[in-house]
Amino acid sequence: MSNKTNAGTWIGFVLILVWCLLPVVWIISLSFKGPGETGAGSPQFLPSEPTLQNYRDILGIGKVTPGQEATAGDFIDALRNSFFISLIATFLAVIFATLAAYAIARLEFKGKRLVLTMALAIAMFPVVSLVGPLFDMWRTIGLFNTWPGLIIPYMTFTLPLAIWTLSAFFREIPWEMEQAAQVDGATSWQAFRKVIVPLAAPGVFTAAILTFFFAWNEFVLAISLTSTTGSRTVPAQLSFFVGPDPFNPPYGTLAAASVVVTVPIIVIVLLFQRKIVAGLTSGAVKG
Amino acid sequence: MTATQAPPREDSARGGTAVDSDRSKAENRLGQRLVAPAVVLMLLVTAYPMLQALYLSLFRYRLTAPDDREFIWFSNYATVLTDSLFWQDTWNTVLIMVVTVAVELVIGFAFAMVMHRVVFARGVIRTSILIPYGIITVVSAFAWQFAFSLNNGFVNSWVPFVEDNFNWFGDHWPAMFAIMVSEIWKTTPFMALLLLAGLSQVSEDMLEAAKVDGATWWQRLWKVILPNMRAAIMVAVLFRALDAYRIFDNIFVMTKGAQDTESVSFLTYRQSIEQVQLGLGSALSVLLFLSVLLLAFGIVKLFRVDLAQARGEG
Repeated sequence: MSNKTNAGTWIGFVLILVWCLLPVVWIISLSFKGPGETGAGSPQFLPSEPTLQNYRDILGIGKVTPGQEATAGDFIDALRNSFFISLIATFLAVIFATLAAYAIARLEFKGKRLVLTMALAIAMFPVVSLVGPLFDMWRTIGLFNTWPGLIIPYMTFTLPLAIWTLSAFFREIPWEMEQAAQVDGATSWQAFRKVIVPLAAPGVFTAAILTFFFAWNEFVLAISLTSTTGSRTVPAQLSFFVGPDPFNPPYGTLAAASVVVTVPIIVIVLLFQRKIVAGLTSGAVKG
Repeated sequence: MTATQAPPREDSARGGTAVDSDRSKAENRLGQRLVAPAVVLMLLVTAYPMLQALYLSLFRYRLTAPDDREFIWFSNYATVLTDSLFWQDTWNTVLIMVVTVAVELVIGFAFAMVMHRVVFARGVIRTSILIPYGIITVVSAFAWQFAFSLNNGFVNSWVPFVEDNFNWFGDHWPAMFAIMVSEIWKTTPFMALLLLAGLSQVSEDMLEAAKVDGATWWQRLWKVILPNMRAAIMVAVLFRALDAYRIFDNIFVMTKGAQDTESVSFLTYRQSIEQVQLGLGSALSVLLFLSVLLLAFGIVKLFRVDLAQARGEG
């Protein structure tokens, strides 16, 4: 590589970092601005008088700003809902997807193409077009505003991605080992459980991360199929949060809440970036 | 994934075998059993409600007046298709889709080129590019809404030729611009990563050969790199376009549809959930579904790539 390319790459490298991280730094900076500063209008980037008050308000620690007493309770409820709904949906979706992906990668059976086509169609499905009918159905069968009411559609919409990711991973596994186990007298099922599952674990884990991201991020269903903080997730709660003054959005509080819900994402990304990239691109580009 | 141009797998050779022996019968049964839970779930949550929507769309049915429910054939569709708001929203959605995907393709490709060449700090760049991907869309919309905010944003003071008191959300085009920026920021990483995967499959030997033959950087880009990445570009465009067509979160947070920035998804949501017009909302759902189907079909035809083949599925 010539020096010229290196310089270009360097500039590109810096530009990418700025582009990706600027809004994140911005929201963090905003979360440390007090109501005095945001209320009066403060177009400067960094806070002039950094304060932790927004975090106190949102987490209910220490002295809370008058008029914001209910904020922390609602937010913590939403965090709890988001966390468990995402986790349960991820867990179940990955189990279903693992079974399906194993069959797709390994076995010959009728209807395989149909399953793949269906998964593809659902990955492209406009979620909003299901909102009306699901709203109607969930009310009738009593799933409206419950955890399962969100978990079931989340599982459905993450299955295609999980199935693809997993079948791409499963194709890379040395299957001779499974045959060896079968030669030794294991059934197809035993070979699957004892030999392949341990080998497939990294792929399964990656699919789980992507599924969790989807559920953690989902918004349309979250605002349509819930009505109280009993099951409303974080994105929905954030969008409905107006604060004490309806004419002045609570910038600082919203920013602090945004930072709190972004922390898990950043931790997961830092720990598993390599796996996430592999998962996002596996199966997507071949040939 | 070392081969640069892996030949598409022959499906008929493997898939067409007759199910004759006990062994393959058992395999067939096991395969179907393993996919059954996923298939049943997907059908129950998508196909069944979609049929329900198709049925409901033929009724005048508002939840606040359930006794008024009446079969009215295709009147709902006529109402929607003759309403200028529907066409305004469709135009907005198409515009957002075309502009964001085009811009993302360019920026994403530039990102992919840089990431492909960078030999240092790969972890840092991977991490920072994954943060917009992983961040909640609502949070990204808030970040950009506040950045463009008249009172508290930094955009007005940083960007040249913009008055300090310019209200980005006070007019149609600036508001659309702000929405598109937030959408582009959030989804470029996905595009970049897919393109990077495509880029890493372009043979270095071929590039070297082109260089030796005296091809300029520009010629190498258009004659060697891009043609060899066609499958990757196709998959990235298809997925991003369909995703952009569903745009909802950013608009809901940033403008609530004010200044005519509403998208089709937003209109459908408003009719179904806020107005509880289940009949009319269902008609919108069906139309949205059909337009996505049409769009997917159009893109696949346009690029003339078999999607199953592009994804390496047998």
